[in-house]
Amino acid sequence: MRKYIGKSVYKGVRLGRMVVMKDRNEPVKRKKTEDPEGELARLYAACEESKKQLGKLYEKAVKEVGEASAAIFEVHQMMLEDEDYLDAIHSMIRTEQVNAEYAVAVTGDNFSQMFASMDDEYMKARAADVKDISNRLVQNLSGCKEIDWVEMEPSIIIADDLSPSETVQMDKEKILAFVTVHGSSNSHTAILARMMNIPALIGVPLELDSIKDGMQAVVNGTTGEVILEPTEEICQQAQRLVAKEEERLHLLQNQKGQETVTTDGRKIHLYANIGSVKDMGYVLENDAEGIGLFRSEFLYLGRSDFPTEEEQFQAYKQVLQMMAGKRVIIRTLDIGADKQVDYFNLGKEDNPALGYRAIRICLKQPDIFKTQLRALLRAAVFGNLAVMYPMITATEEVADIYAIVDEVRAELDEMGIPYKIPEQGIMIETPAAVMISDELAQMVDFFSIGTNDLTQYTLAIDRQNEKLDDFYRPHHKAILKMIRMVVDNAHKAGKWAGICGELGADPELTETFVQMGVDELSVAPSAVLRLRKLIREL
Amino acid sequence: MKNFEYVIKDELGIHARPAGMLVKEAKKYESKIMISKDGKAVEATKLMALMGLAVKCGQTIGVEVSGADEEAACEAMKSFLENNL
Repeated sequence: MRKYIGKSVYKGVRLGRMVVMKDRNEPVKRKKTEDPEGELARLYAACEESKKQLGKLYEKAVKEVGEASAAIFEVHQMMLEDEDYLDAIHSMIRTEQVNAEYAVAVTGDNFSQMFASMDDEYMKARAADVKDISNRLVQNLSGCKEIDWVEMEPSIIIADDLSPSETVQMDKEKILAFVTVHGSSNSHTAILARMMNIPALIGVPLELDSIKDGMQAVVNGTTGEVILEPTEEICQQAQRLVAKEEERLHLLQNQKGQETVTTDGRKIHLYANIGSVKDMGYVLENDAEGIGLFRSEFLYLGRSDFPTEEEQFQAYKQVLQMMAGKRVIIRTLDIGADKQVDYFNLGKEDNPALGYRAIRICLKQPDIFKTQLRALLRAAVFGNLAVMYPMITATEEVADIYAIVDEVRAELDEMGIPYKIPEQGIMIETPAAVMISDELAQMVDFFSIGTNDLTQYTLAIDRQNEKLDDFYRPHHKAILKMIRMVVDNAHKAGKWAGICGELGADPELTETFVQMGVDELSVAPSAVLRLRKLIREL
Repeated sequence: MKNFEYVIKDELGIHARPAGMLVKEAKKYESKIMISKDGKAVEATKLMALMGLAVKCGQTIGVEVSGADEEAACEAMKSFLENNL
């Protein structure tokens, strides 16, 4: 039995088997080999293994997203058979006497450079494909197998850190808890854990090499403890805690179907945050009154090319129909900063949080933005849609957005495609937007305050920097004053204002927000019933 | 040896998916099939080289087929291009 302590980012207790997700981005090391033929044999085996995996992915994708989108995996398979690519790897192993991993990594870089330097946007995106297949080969060579989510039993996920593009590929049904060695309180692991209502610990000083898949562990998100290979007694204790948690959850069930009103009759709109259509189960289960934040960027993550207009339209339409007339607020693409996508080719930035992200990408690359807007406007016909734009800092940006929306509208008119102009609002997540919220309120239908980014920009704290977790004061007076100012300015213009950041679910602030006049709170689905109970008691 | 020229009509040019299909088609024949654009020629069985030509809509490619089954291979290439690109 071994015990480790980390920082809890979401409470709850789970026990079960562990599975370790190895870091896939570790740089490949160059090693001299005495046996190039042996390296070549390993290379062939890894190629065959990779092709098999891609074949499986292809079949899965055909079923889930259709033939056209699945075709990329078939192309990947063929790229792995490409003579030039394989020849280059061969000759490098033979002439330089290096390990197969290194030869693959270097060749992958060379080929992807070739594509990246083309002046054709579509071909540039192929650079990511070459990198993808090369990474897959390296993974198979180094024995870091990808998790087979179909076959796997429900498990505690152990990792060094998890990126959004990794978590998006996970089968949520199979995750008991998250435990990471690094990561910060505001990471996406934390957001995901809240959504799924499972414990998550970060900063746990585990030695990943000492953990074998299938080993038992108890994760306690209340105390921050992970116990590896627990004794029978500890297991029973954990089981009792799990049972208690279930009972508490069960007691909240009577909040379902109730209105979210305070004792003096103030109505609060209690909405849920989601990342994809798959999260809708949690929303309906917890009786949310609407969707306050649909993070549309998750449609763009974990894939090798842009989602088409049709794919997006279907996803939006499905959510709107499932919510049956309740309001659904979809946030337009918020890529960049901590959410990186290879095929956007955004390039490295020294300061990504202050960099090329969200609405800035959309305004600079209107083709990407227009595809999403067309899908949104078309989907608006099928329910009560509201669209909100992230990372606004100036009134000019809102004017530019409206000009693009007008273009899209004209195109749809011309083609005779049915659409509706939804409510349009903005995220208030920069101090600049707070300070001019009086002017912005004249231009938009609503505000939604993104407290995570607003806190990061106001307190000058990088959300991803775990060293700064102690300085991250979410209840800082500056933030609360800003929220009050935004709500007041919205109301003066006859508009409504909500909160969709983590702070919205903070029970210590619920009363403050209600007093400030916040009209809407959008929280993780698992927090909806708990907050409703709290508000009804105010 | 047989050869012909073809103007690409597909909006995206010879992009990943049709390039993959073209390679598959070319591999069915014994003959050597070369695709050229602006003086640069690559074997039709090499996917990355083919994508590396970055052939766009409206551009002309040259197709050169030589080998035992060149007659059939040439016809197959023609109909493949007509149907897919």
